[in-house]
Amino acid sequence: MSHHALTIHQVQEKLRSREVSAVELAQSVLARIQATDERLHSYLTVCAEEALAQAEAADRTLANGPPPPLCGIPVALKDVILARGVRSTAGSKILEGFVPPYDATVTQRLKEAGAVIIGKVNCDEFAMGSSNENSAFFPCRNPWDTGRVPGGSSGGSAAAVAADQACAALGTDTGGSIRLPAAFCGIVGLKPTYGRVSRFGVVAYASSLDQVGPCTKDVWDCALLLEVIAGYDPHDSTSVNTPIPHYTTHLERGVSGLRIGLPQEYFIEGMQPEVETAVRAAIAHLQGLGAEIVPTSLPHTEYAVATYYIIAMAEASSNLARYDGVRYGYRAAEVKDLGELYQTTRAQGFGSEVKRRIALGTYVLSAGYYDAYYLKAQKVRTLIRQDFLNAFEACDMIATPVAPTTAFRLGEKLADPLTMYLSDILTIAVNLAGLPGLSLPCGFDQHGLPIGLQLIGRPFEEAVLLRAGYAYEQDHDWRSRKPPL
Amino acid sequence: MRITRDEVQQVAALARLSFTGEELDELTQHFDTILTYVDKLGELQTDRVEPTAHAVAVSAPLRDDVVTNTSSAAQTDALLANAPSRKTRFFRVPKIIE
Repeated sequence: MSHHALTIHQVQEKLRSREVSAVELAQSVLARIQATDERLHSYLTVCAEEALAQAEAADRTLANGPPPPLCGIPVALKDVILARGVRSTAGSKILEGFVPPYDATVTQRLKEAGAVIIGKVNCDEFAMGSSNENSAFFPCRNPWDTGRVPGGSSGGSAAAVAADQACAALGTDTGGSIRLPAAFCGIVGLKPTYGRVSRFGVVAYASSLDQVGPCTKDVWDCALLLEVIAGYDPHDSTSVNTPIPHYTTHLERGVSGLRIGLPQEYFIEGMQPEVETAVRAAIAHLQGLGAEIVPTSLPHTEYAVATYYIIAMAEASSNLARYDGVRYGYRAAEVKDLGELYQTTRAQGFGSEVKRRIALGTYVLSAGYYDAYYLKAQKVRTLIRQDFLNAFEACDMIATPVAPTTAFRLGEKLADPLTMYLSDILTIAVNLAGLPGLSLPCGFDQHGLPIGLQLIGRPFEEAVLLRAGYAYEQDHDWRSRKPPL
Repeated sequence: MRITRDEVQQVAALARLSFTGEELDELTQHFDTILTYVDKLGELQTDRVEPTAHAVAVSAPLRDDVVTNTSSAAQTDALLANAPSRKTRFFRVPKIIE
């Protein structure tokens, strides 16, 4: 098998035995990008030169051993995650020309772990979208069918990993933006607990919901990547100072005795039948391995999408006020005064979905509407979170589909924003409640499109999700099927 | 309609955004669809429910009042390098005061 097609743990062995050099691995991945990206558009920036220099350094470390955990492993970053000296766009024209003078904490942790930053991958503008079609540059395509979307907003992260254009990637997840693309592209994606991973140096969308997480080829790789990026950071006051478990060493403990809750509200009418069948089969498999299946209920599920969009848009309108054309990024030419500079820069620099969310967010926060919309949504958020806490009294994790359907076609949901928002119907409540959620492949539909299983855990119990995902994965070889590229 | 075109235009001005007439028509339509959808929250009785700002309790952390980042000319230059327009060591903007 070509080097670029291997998982991190497979290629790690070859690097450490010096069967493969880090430079050869980086070259293999770069060649793969070269050969496939014209069709996929996963990448916004490929860091060929820097990556090869980092790979050479990794080879020197490997020769002198013992190497750090990701030594020589090519990892891609969603373009909202800053890397020093590398153009960062967040998928937007308004950051034109912006080259960050510092690394995000997660980037720094990857580098300290020896990773090779191979490039910056495509996403919806400011991570706002469910299909990657809101990228200001070009939409990323689904490797399984290039007429379909990879999911969003971390579409480039998921497509790159699925197409072997990177060994792994980081994405961000505000309402499903890691888990949905992971499901649509047939890879593993994890949204960690709110506070588990630092967001310092990550372009903010909705700060009470955003989390950074891994996109990987299998569950073991996901556990390793989380181990590297997790932990307290004094630069992000929402990061939590609790011990980080050795996720990789707990993987083989199995699921015996684990209680898995099945919420009736997540198996909804209108769901693609093959999705329901595959997800129920995966749950039955976990039962066969010794897990106990318990019915459960999350009664406020139907209010999650409305709650999410009010809160996310409100926070976005505040976060995106900083893009004013003064200190960095795009600035409109030929303006009369400062007011016009702000307005014209923002009108020209932002795409239509971003402007829509800023405008709606401004509206729900404005005098006279604050209580009716924003405060109301924050109260319903309490009810949604309480649903999960109640459910977790009788179960250790919750299993659901990631999305009601497999990947949809480009353009299919563009005309109506509300239809697009409903793509996240099964992932959004997890962000509102701040919980960890794992998305992993559990089959294919009749068109050969991947289906995703979602496992939701108690706060800071990522280890339990990874354990269950690992147990399932040992008995299913979905990964041996490769996209037809 | 939940909202008029004029109201949407006012909101746009508050957010330092501007729209063409056609964009404004479309946005007013989208506002209406989305606001109608989120009205669904009104079905729930929430008078005695506390709001949640963060799902995980966070408080502002305290630290000793000492300088942790010393600025240097090189750092200032690195930041100014991203400025769309600058003059010496300042960001440059259109004249504010006549």
